[in-house]
Amino acid sequence: MDLYEYQAKHLFDSHGVPVTPGEVCTTADAAHEAARKIGSTVVVKAQVKTGGRGKAGGVKLAETPDEAHEKADAILGMDIKGHTVRRVLVTAASDIAAEYYVSFLLDRANRAFLAMASVEGGMDIEEVAATKPEALARIRVDALEGVSEAKAREIATAAKFPPEVVDQVVVILQKLWTVLVEEDATLVEVNPLILDPNGTVLALDGKVTLDGNADYRHASHADFEDRENTDPIELRAKEFDLNYVKLSGEVGIIGNGAGLVMSTLDVVAYAGEEFGGVKPANFLDIGGGASAEVMANGLDIVLNDPEVKACFVNVFGGITACDAVANGILQALDMLQSKGVELTKPIVARIDGNNAVEGRRILTDANHPLIELVETMDDAARRVAQLAAGK
Amino acid sequence: MAIWLDENSRIIVQGMTGSEGTKHTRRMVASGANVVGGVNAKKAGEEVDGIPVFASVADAMAATDANVSVLFVPPRFTKDAVDEAVDARIPLAVVITEGVPVHDTAKFFQHAQNVGGTRIIGPNCPGIISPGKSNAGIIPADITKAGRIGLVSKSGTLTYQMMYELRDIGFSTCVGIGGDPIIGTTHIDCLAAFQEDPETDAIVMIGEIGGDAEERAAAFIKDNVTKPVVGYVAGFTAPEGKTMGHAGAIVSGSAGTAAAKQEALEAVGVKVGKTPSATAALMREIMTR
Repeated sequence: MDLYEYQAKHLFDSHGVPVTPGEVCTTADAAHEAARKIGSTVVVKAQVKTGGRGKAGGVKLAETPDEAHEKADAILGMDIKGHTVRRVLVTAASDIAAEYYVSFLLDRANRAFLAMASVEGGMDIEEVAATKPEALARIRVDALEGVSEAKAREIATAAKFPPEVVDQVVVILQKLWTVLVEEDATLVEVNPLILDPNGTVLALDGKVTLDGNADYRHASHADFEDRENTDPIELRAKEFDLNYVKLSGEVGIIGNGAGLVMSTLDVVAYAGEEFGGVKPANFLDIGGGASAEVMANGLDIVLNDPEVKACFVNVFGGITACDAVANGILQALDMLQSKGVELTKPIVARIDGNNAVEGRRILTDANHPLIELVETMDDAARRVAQLAAGK
Repeated sequence: MAIWLDENSRIIVQGMTGSEGTKHTRRMVASGANVVGGVNAKKAGEEVDGIPVFASVADAMAATDANVSVLFVPPRFTKDAVDEAVDARIPLAVVITEGVPVHDTAKFFQHAQNVGGTRIIGPNCPGIISPGKSNAGIIPADITKAGRIGLVSKSGTLTYQMMYELRDIGFSTCVGIGGDPIIGTTHIDCLAAFQEDPETDAIVMIGEIGGDAEERAAAFIKDNVTKPVVGYVAGFTAPEGKTMGHAGAIVSGSAGTAAAKQEALEAVGVKVGKTPSATAALMREIMTR
């Protein structure tokens, strides 16, 4: 889960990383009040989970509370790269003597962590990496050894931080590493880390990505969840504990195993090209050994999506044999019908693998009016795209 | 031969007394795997279907000469369980558990590097099977047969799909390496082992969006692999910024797209199928000519 700037700074602050004080606001009136409390020039910053908000006009300086009200009013509701701004962060404006960059992240390729630091912060760091790679220090961090003072000094030295700020940067690096480890983050990034005219180094921005697998040891992370910006169907799927992602098309997809479902999305999209660009409506992985109940929950979610015109159930019977899968689909439809769910959308099923012949026989014998059985994944994808296109 | 797992493999199961552990131990035994013990500190001395339970991996290895451990341990205990297997110097640890925090994986992987002597497969993977010889994990054994294709895949069900599509030709070893951001055994490790394995003639490599493992595998193939490789990449139509089921399967910015992976593989002469069935057809062509 990616955090908003204000959430990231909250975590920074709780681990002793110096940040500019500020307040998150959902209305222009609140921004006015926040600016009045700060009592000096403020920056009104759109809170969105994407880069380039400054260029998009989402970051504005305001000298008075009235001006803060005006700027917040303009920024709230703004669309930045498809993200609606629902909150602004109002912080004291800092005079900037220098802008730096520091981050810790998971290094998948080296199966360790990586520290990156540069005295050329402020701009897009990918651009620095591409155009001036020598300006970006990259230091491997061992997962067991972590960031000691000596390691932090190695990073700061490699990035050529000036002597007058090195000691502050060393402390900040150690604290940011603590954020990464203690909060189970996969990314902690500060861009820019600034030097103010008083000689103090502090985080002007913050980016944090948390590892969802570690949620069980961080009850407080649930507060970071962005329910209002989450698709309502995704929220409902989450209540069922289903692995669901809403997409923009018309073909509902249910499959077992993340890779097979991703593959199903592709195959349906390819087939959809023949029928006016029909696309998958969702990703839904019901897992390897899915029961009839899980299948019922999945069908419930997908068939209730108003954008879905037809549904593709694509199951490979591995751990669960196909006869059980076939019975599961039929039981799932019975369960939904007994719950009063109105079933009208066609379902194309492809079941293959362990005991496939028996599984197909069960579905054929059941002769369910909504289920159409197709033998291969490619043919099934084509058929469901055709049905979704109304042809 | 096969890679890493064969008829001489003696398997113990960490977490054998749990419901998943017991279920899959039975499946492994039914498929002909030699499961010689289980590990649970609280249930040492008991048995599951006549298979003895030991207090520790070290005890189990001393008593049974085990050389493979399969882990069905819940996520919060996985790190300690893997560390225990590594400290006991088990040559192969197959971590089936899904949902392990990546900081834990980074730590147990680093510990294994420091201690040496243990190959880790996973976490969040279906395991490894050498059809007709042995089976360590949850891969169904009866959907394919022994043969001379090597298979490496991030995805479980796509592994099964491919094994099934090519069941008439058969496989030397199939490895499900898992879809987490950090995994113990990579595509490259498997490619290197298949290249060396005299019982493997050709290799199917299945990847998916996220990271750059496939691109690095392509660079490795260029310099090190002379056997024919056929590839498949899932997730061409996945949107940016949405995690597709596997914690590692996410396109961020321009990195990790399926198109970039396909391009990298094709640039080194790997034939990439557009769908699983097309991929199987490419491999069939190689194996039957």
